Amino acid sequence: MGAGHAHRLYRHGHSPVHRLPPHCKLAAVLCFVVVVVSTPREAMWAFALYAVLLGAVAGVARIPAGFLLKRMLIEVPFVAFAVLMPFVAQGERVEVMGVSLSVSGLWGAWNVLAKGTLGVAASVILASTTELRELLLGLQRLKLPPLLVQIASFMIRYGDVITDEMRRMRIARESRGFDSRGIRQWGVLGKSAGALFIRSYERGERVHLAMMSRGYAGSMPVIDEVTASRAQWARALALPLSALAVCLLGWTL
Amino acid sequence: MDAVTASLDVSGLAYAYPDGHQALFGVDLVIGRGERVALLGPNGAGKTTLVLHLNGILTAGSGSVTVAGLPVAREHLAEIRRRVGIVFQDPDDQLFMPSVREDVAFGPAASGLRGPELEARVEKALGQVGMAEYVDRPPHHLSFGQRRRVAVATVLAMEPEILVLDEPSSNLDPASRRELAEILRSLDVTVLMVTHDLPYALEMCPRALVLSEGVIVADGPTAELLCDEGLMRAHRLELPFGFDPRSVDTRS
Ligand SMILES: Nc1ncnc2c1ncn2[C@@H]1O[C@H](COP(=O)(O)OP(=O)(O)O)[C@@H](O)[C@H]1O
Ligand SMILES: [Mg+2]
Repeated sequence: MGAGHAHRLYRHGHSPVHRLPPHCKLAAVLCFVVVVVSTPREAMWAFALYAVLLGAVAGVARIPAGFLLKRMLIEVPFVAFAVLMPFVAQGERVEVMGVSLSVSGLWGAWNVLAKGTLGVAASVILASTTELRELLLGLQRLKLPPLLVQIASFMIRYGDVITDEMRRMRIARESRGFDSRGIRQWGVLGKSAGALFIRSYERGERVHLAMMSRGYAGSMPVIDEVTASRAQWARALALPLSALAVCLLGWTL
Repeated sequence: MDAVTASLDVSGLAYAYPDGHQALFGVDLVIGRGERVALLGPNGAGKTTLVLHLNGILTAGSGSVTVAGLPVAREHLAEIRRRVGIVFQDPDDQLFMPSVREDVAFGPAASGLRGPELEARVEKALGQVGMAEYVDRPPHHLSFGQRRRVAVATVLAMEPEILVLDEPSSNLDPASRRELAEILRSLDVTVLMVTHDLPYALEMCPRALVLSEGVIVADGPTAELLCDEGLMRAHRLELPFGFDPRSVDTRS
């Protein structure tokens, strides 16, 4: 879908992973995360195997490791939370280099870190191989309520229009000598926000007229039918199925 | 269809907004198939109100609108909206889908077209306005003139009986204005062009109507109407400084 709405996480490419239908990829990531979360935390080797699986997918998608790691930084706040756990948790304690740590806290931290990291990595791989527009089509295909998908599509289309309107209003304010610092100016900002709301509302009405004029009668017409063949489903589900095998081993061993 | 049926036939159309403001007081007009007609009038004359009646967005208080023989009524609304293609003033209102292709496909898809037929329709409409290579772009990455052309394509894709343009030349630079004129002239479709850009009307439309205070006050060859200084002045239609309609050759 060309140079469309490439978001910052997206990495343009033509790999087999890029070419998979979006709803297969969404379903695969969802299943993978469910499997990872239900793995017992004591089976540490299983998490290593999951990481290897994701590494293989990233390799097929030709995403460089550096790109992937940089985009996984959104996870940092959760890491901080995990690091605190061994210090604050109650119960049996162990000494590590002279510091007393809680055993259950250590396991808890490991649990959050391992599962969280794998989930984030899987999502980043999905986002770097799927455009926003495709993700929406995928969600629509997976039977998310159509209204939600429509709202999300309009946010993509009009996000820039509204940001641009906001910028023009700011320039207009500033050219009349307005300085937005200081609490006394908040009234002016509030009025601008109100004006922006009214403008957006009126635009909404005009867009609705334009839609009705072209035959809109309450539901979006189907323009792109995203379909997946059996082979495509099989390829997408290879990831969660291998993970499931690992998970079952983790429970039985 | 019978060749003598007019593309558009409006008779005795009156309308008051719900707040009581009467905007149209009995409008009569007939536009034949293949004609290009300008609808001139000052701000607030009721031009946009009239346009919204042509595809049944607003419902006449009294009077009737007929498009190629089919009356505008609730039971024919889907067919009427396919036959009447309205290009609104602001292309950002008209282009509401995330990509040019999906936007142009919207109308035909809403009327049930799918697959390769739909693709062919999109390709043809974009070709007609010279925007075929922008098919996968998001509309907000296009220039204003290009967006206006895509807006025309979204309507052409529905293969309308009549194309209605609300202020098509507003905000266009001279080059985009000329390109749009060339595109509109190349189309084989009835055109109603709402404007107060008088030179553009003269260039594009052999015939013009003047709407003022909710009624049609004049109907005739555009050049003749523009030369009637009394008429123009009475209805707040001013020619740009230095523009002389007598000096323009419109027979091309
Ligand atoms: N939604 C509305 N409610 C009430 N009055 C309206 C509405 N829209 C337009 N009008 C009034 O109807 C008259 C005709 O408006 P309009 O058709 O927009 O004129 P034009 O397009 O010729 O400038 C104006 O006096 C305008 O104020
Ligand atoms: Mg108007």
